[in-house]
Amino acid sequence: MPQIVDVEEKLICFHCGELCSDRSIAKEEKVFCCEGCKLVYEVLNENNLCTYYDLNTAPGVTKNAKSSGKRYDYLDDPDISEKLVEFKNDQLFKISFFIPEIHCSSCIWLLENLYKVDSRIIESRVDFPAKKVFIKANTSIKISEIVSILDLIGYEPRLSLDELEKKDTKSFNKSLYIKVGVAGFAFGNIMMLSFPEYLSVKDDVKSFGIFFQLIMILLSLPVLFYCSADYFISAWKGLKQKFINIDFPLSLGIFALWGRSIFEITTGSGPGYMDSFAGLIFFLLLGKVFQNKTYEYFNFERNYKSYFPISITKKLKNGEEQIIPLSKIAVKDRILIRNNEIIPADSIVIDGQANVDYSFVTGESLPQFKTKGEKVFAGGKQIGGLIELEIIKEVSQSYLTRLWNDFIVSKNRENRLTKFSNLVSKYFTLAILLLAFSAVIIWWESGLYNVISVVTAVLIVACPCALALSAPFALGNTLRLFGRNNFYIKNINVVEDLSHVDSVVFDKTGTLTENQEIGIIFEGMELTDHESALIKSAVKNSLHPLSKIIYRYLSQSAELKVDSFDEKPGSGGRALVDGSEVLYGSRSLVDKIEKNGEDKDETPWGSKVYISIDSIYKGCFRVKNKYREGIEEVIRETSAKKEVYILSGDNSSEMENLSKLIDPKRIRFNQSPSDKMEFVDEMHKLNRKVLMIGDGLNDAAALSKAEVGISLSDDLMNFTPASDALIHGSSLKLLPGFIKQAVSTMNVVKWSFVISSIYNIAGISVALSGNLSPLFAAILMPVSSISVVIFTTLGTFYTAKKHKLSI
Amino acid sequence: MSAIYILIGASLVVATGFLIAFLWAVKSGQMDDRYTPSVRMLFDDEIKISKKQNDSSLSNEQEKKELN
Repeated sequence: MPQIVDVEEKLICFHCGELCSDRSIAKEEKVFCCEGCKLVYEVLNENNLCTYYDLNTAPGVTKNAKSSGKRYDYLDDPDISEKLVEFKNDQLFKISFFIPEIHCSSCIWLLENLYKVDSRIIESRVDFPAKKVFIKANTSIKISEIVSILDLIGYEPRLSLDELEKKDTKSFNKSLYIKVGVAGFAFGNIMMLSFPEYLSVKDDVKSFGIFFQLIMILLSLPVLFYCSADYFISAWKGLKQKFINIDFPLSLGIFALWGRSIFEITTGSGPGYMDSFAGLIFFLLLGKVFQNKTYEYFNFERNYKSYFPISITKKLKNGEEQIIPLSKIAVKDRILIRNNEIIPADSIVIDGQANVDYSFVTGESLPQFKTKGEKVFAGGKQIGGLIELEIIKEVSQSYLTRLWNDFIVSKNRENRLTKFSNLVSKYFTLAILLLAFSAVIIWWESGLYNVISVVTAVLIVACPCALALSAPFALGNTLRLFGRNNFYIKNINVVEDLSHVDSVVFDKTGTLTENQEIGIIFEGMELTDHESALIKSAVKNSLHPLSKIIYRYLSQSAELKVDSFDEKPGSGGRALVDGSEVLYGSRSLVDKIEKNGEDKDETPWGSKVYISIDSIYKGCFRVKNKYREGIEEVIRETSAKKEVYILSGDNSSEMENLSKLIDPKRIRFNQSPSDKMEFVDEMHKLNRKVLMIGDGLNDAAALSKAEVGISLSDDLMNFTPASDALIHGSSLKLLPGFIKQAVSTMNVVKWSFVISSIYNIAGISVALSGNLSPLFAAILMPVSSISVVIFTTLGTFYTAKKHKLSI
Repeated sequence: MSAIYILIGASLVVATGFLIAFLWAVKSGQMDDRYTPSVRMLFDDEIKISKKQNDSSLSNEQEKKELN
């Protein structure tokens, strides 16, 4: 029977794929959600770039909320352009931009065809994983023009203060690849040359033996001196600090392998173990490559400089506006801040109504209202109309900057494999040395030659290559699994730290609650449809953020004609709508008319809006934080095994809700950034290992102090404070799973240590008997390494599945 | 069996050639971005296909005109 399905035709923007309200914005049968999207389409259409739309449906990024048509003249300022340009000669220059919007193959195609838009752009290349575009252009084009083109087609580059400081992080990776290449080359060729040896075809090729072995020695030299140099250096550094790390027994094994092979070859007593030697280094380096997975486009070391814009609109004395670089701003300058722009320095409001959202800086969820003459701090975001400010402190002297410089300490956790494997290796090394020593005693009577051969055999077989491989593969795999679940950690050491955590500290605003949506509830008499309409119409013209939320809350109601409207910033407003007088705002304003409200608290016009209609008190709108989905489950599950705390920079209005989840003693309100940091310090004094999860600059100090600091964001390309890991807001519900997976991963590492010790014991017993043949060594080494790699990989996949992470 | 000398020598030369090619590839930055080239490679094809389609649709139109 044929099924009849009603397909409701949805109007989807041809450019960005968002739903369109109607067909009003259209061109050539194509519908757009906004003029911005249409404009981008027109530009692309003019330049024959519509393949962009063939590669993917609706590949664009909505231009809806984005300000377009900005001026970028300031980029041509010699001071700035000099820092941005990477290479320049008489004819051309090279420049690269970070563009967070790059997300699909259409983006790559379009950005690599920029030359079709402007012929002065010679070539453009996209690095997709890094979300960067590298542009080679003729010197006749200005930087500001290139950026304008990018902006026009919907790819506005990220230009923040720290873009001016370029750092190169790739050199380490490159040398590692080269080392792997060289070791692999030597391994393959030595293996081929040792083949006659494996097959024992000694009679036929005996005459070539010396020739082959000479080549093997030549091939082994770069492996010893170049590829394995890092292990020796690390072992030596450890010894100097009187500390035996895992690289020490490794280095011993490497030296024993190579030294004994040279000895055997030169004395003609045997074929040596050059194949095992090169193979060992090759596998070890592969492990290093695997554990060094990095997320290039995430920056874990961001500081306040990447939060601030690169430029600011300055108002000159003659009233003209000029866009200047932020670095050139000075005290007493007048600046203009538009909707959604960040205040770069502490200043005083000169004109306009400042409505500053400090949620990112202080953790307060509601914007603050400031009028003429009041002080605003750096880092706040203006919501609403244009304001004029006068700078009172330089950027580097502002509250936010000082806060950052005073408290942020950078954690040094590089240059170590893991605490656990280093601990194990200490005992492991002692055991090997003990074994080697006992071998000396056992074989002492049979002569020096036998002693040397047995001792080196012990060192060779006991070389903890499987041990050294298990941690990189288990932790590296978990790092990738986390990444697949939108939890990005800086390096593998974070997994081990995460497994030791026993206290979890959450920030409230923006972490437990959603930032974009502030919920609202009405308390009081039930409103009729007409009354709702009256309120909606009254608050329509109000600039206050709460009014806007109320307006949205009542979006279903009708809109009536407003006869008069008057608002007093800081207290509320009065509107005549359809013949009725509507008062809204602070309690005192509304109370003048009616005093029968039972609520006695004197909350300023901040978190509550009181309403009266025709002098009758109707009730109040109260802000209610909207919690992230599944947050109760997360807190319940986490607090089963760990101590959970909540620190909030906000007022205590949410106490009631939060105390349902955890013990009220573990919730603290009105916490300043330094309070949060001191809290972590206190926990350290109690010997606790702290996991801190926060989203804003107000958490930055605490994040850097905690054992593991996770910054949470709904858009990871946006600014996040420096931390050990980044988590996407939607993945917070998986947090208990992440912690469990970290613990399981460490267990997998421990079990693989057991497996590799079994191999070592088996090998050592053969070695002590004095019968270690090169073939046995050549087989044992890769078999043990490969089985450990397989075990750790499968083990981490299995545990991840158990903890409900997607694999 | 002395041919082995030449063969071993030849195989080493070939392998060294590959090693040098690899080192050059890493040093010239070809390993920096291991994702984008895989996408870029597909573009050229698609553009050619769309051109061909255009051509064929053109020729179809021409045919129609001729038929008329």
